[in-house]
Amino acid sequence: MSMRTLPLLFLNLGGEMLYILDQRLRAQAVPAEKAHKVLSDIISTMFNKKFLEELFKPQDLYTKKALRTVYDRLAHASIMRLNQASMDKLFDLMTMAFKYQVVLCPRPKDLLLITFNHLDAIKDFVRDSPTIMNQVDETFRKIIEVYGRLPAGEFQLIRQTLLIFFRDIHIRVSIFLKDKVQNANGRFVLPISGPVPWGTDVPGLIRMFNNKGEEVKRVEFKHGGHFERAQSEGSFDLYGDRVLTLGKNMYSISRPVETHVSGPSKNSALNTTKESIASDLLAKEELNFLARLMGGMEVTKTSAPEPGFRLNLFTTDEEEEHAALTRPEELSYQVINIQAAQDQQRNEELTRIMGEFEIHDQPQQSTSKGDDLLAMMDEL
Amino acid sequence: MRGLTDLTEAAPASPCCKPRPPCVGGTLARVVWNRRLPPRCPSAVLLRKSTPQARSVSTHRMYRREQPVPLRSCPAALCNNLSVLPLPAPGLTQFALVHGPSVQLLSATPDGLPVSQRQLQAKEGTGLSYPLITQAYWCVLPFRVLLVLTSQRGIQIYESDGSVMVYWHALDSGHAPPAQSLFARGIAASGHYICVGTCSGRVLVFDVPAKGPNIVLSEELDEHQVPVTDIAAEPAQGQDCVADVVTADDSGLLCVWKSGPEFKLLTRISGFETPCPSIQLWQGTIAAGYGDGQIRIFEASSGALHVQINAHGRAICALDLAPEAGKLLSGAEDSFVHIWKLSRNPDSGCIEVEHCYGECVTDTQVYGARFCDPQGSSFAVIGYDLAEILRYSCV
Repeated sequence: MSMRTLPLLFLNLGGEMLYILDQRLRAQAVPAEKAHKVLSDIISTMFNKKFLEELFKPQDLYTKKALRTVYDRLAHASIMRLNQASMDKLFDLMTMAFKYQVVLCPRPKDLLLITFNHLDAIKDFVRDSPTIMNQVDETFRKIIEVYGRLPAGEFQLIRQTLLIFFRDIHIRVSIFLKDKVQNANGRFVLPISGPVPWGTDVPGLIRMFNNKGEEVKRVEFKHGGHFERAQSEGSFDLYGDRVLTLGKNMYSISRPVETHVSGPSKNSALNTTKESIASDLLAKEELNFLARLMGGMEVTKTSAPEPGFRLNLFTTDEEEEHAALTRPEELSYQVINIQAAQDQQRNEELTRIMGEFEIHDQPQQSTSKGDDLLAMMDEL
Repeated sequence: MRGLTDLTEAAPASPCCKPRPPCVGGTLARVVWNRRLPPRCPSAVLLRKSTPQARSVSTHRMYRREQPVPLRSCPAALCNNLSVLPLPAPGLTQFALVHGPSVQLLSATPDGLPVSQRQLQAKEGTGLSYPLITQAYWCVLPFRVLLVLTSQRGIQIYESDGSVMVYWHALDSGHAPPAQSLFARGIAASGHYICVGTCSGRVLVFDVPAKGPNIVLSEELDEHQVPVTDIAAEPAQGQDCVADVVTADDSGLLCVWKSGPEFKLLTRISGFETPCPSIQLWQGTIAAGYGDGQIRIFEASSGALHVQINAHGRAICALDLAPEAGKLLSGAEDSFVHIWKLSRNPDSGCIEVEHCYGECVTDTQVYGARFCDPQGSSFAVIGYDLAEILRYSCV
């Protein structure tokens, strides 16, 4: 509903994507130089000026499918390649991680602190490249400019828009299950202890006043939680202590990233079918959105193309294959069915943009599910 | 009834049966008995020791959880996202809640069995063909009940069972500034008027005939400058109050009105730098829930603050009132629901509040909470990521 949601959604999901890729690159023992190049290329593409200009234009949020296409493109902005199953898992993890952060966000304005935590970490990834650092800093300043003075009501609308976007997604993530921040049914654990948001008083007090405004009675009541005062407010400046830990990197080499992709409950099956039909009808608008957005993504072509390598989000290749075959139908990120009849010109432009990426090692998918956008465009 | 092990003094409890209007009084120590009892309530006011499962925190009358009503999918994280309409058929209750682009209407028995279901979509217009609904609310007017839906496109008014759309009002997109989202939000009925808020702060007043579709836009109120969040009206009990409508917005500003062919602004109550997502009005008393977890009670005619409650640890998302008992229900993102008793001190005339009951809805951010009857002996709750309507009734 808020027209200012997309930049926050994109940057935070992007940040999570980088955390996961960084962890997998190290887990897969990819040489440090190569790994660094991969992350730098992705970050450079993400913070491309033209792309961000498009992103920051006030607009509605599009569907998860459209967004997934953008991240697919982004993940392949380097020499790294991901199979369909790994890309699915990556998107699942990114989505659930940011959903968790939005749900637990103490007050709506703290969405900015979460974003800043991601940006701080991204700057750390590229601290050796001043040009890219500069791009990230520029974006930082843009965020402070656009969001710094928004009233609380507008932030609440942004948060509600994000929660509507994430509704009915209950993928279980093992790192969340282990840390007991997610229940076995996929819902997040909401703590009833800890600090209240900045600006909120600890519940438990009733104060009564007379007509002159003088306090005449004070009564305490048991509210049931164990909340305490917030110690300090996080910093909303370019540099500073954010205080909030949501949005920081929670992965490390010793904590593998696994997801259980559990099928949806029987009740939601009906709803998702209806939604996917509605989403197909959106195809034309979404194509326009994708063309605009990805048109701004510059491809960094190296003079001597380095050999690509495949990153696996799973522990073994067999696991990856198995995941591809057993992914529930409702959770497949089947890309939009393109009725190319009307918007020929747009589609040609999109073909050209997508055609700039040559995917070297992508094996032909034997399963029909999840034909990616590129393959469909090739068939037109 | 007397077989319970722990019967304590019935001191500050109020009965779940119909009390004598108006409120009981300052000390709240008297218990008013009434011979006509709703079938579920015991004949004595019993205060049982908290059982470990109940997780309630007060010494007042307890509520226990009843069978939940299953939902097809989870509700949207919108404030005031539940409307309840008791149906003539005994025990049947109708619920309405917003999922996003659609509203689900369902009626259920006390055992949680769904009896009927209907889904209503947001009416499409120009622009993004995936408009979201912001609120659904049953407006009880003197001669009819209408279901009002507000969305990113406009206002849809249906017959109470959702079968027929009676009226459609498209929002004027020209009035919204370029980067501003367009939507309607905040619904209330006062007499034969339906008031609906919009994102520009404008409140639209519709004049509704006793029957038929000839609903007319009677007035546009332009006091608020930021999006309207909620509107409340005095429950139709023949009250002789001057102030009978209050509107709230994202800045926390409250405007108090007298309804009529021309609405008259009586008072403005400034905000506290936090939105006021939910508001209730009862016997000249305004109960407002804020984004900082506070509930503030004001005298409607003067705007004077009488009670300030540090009620919740997160933003309040829903308030409801049981008019025959003066009970206030609050639900918030901190996963708690609380019930409060409003009363007037007979000596000072000031409003007083007492905490009656609290319940933790485990791991659920509460976005909708409504009493299911005017005595407040039962209530329903919905939350984000929760695919059911939770129901509680007093024991």
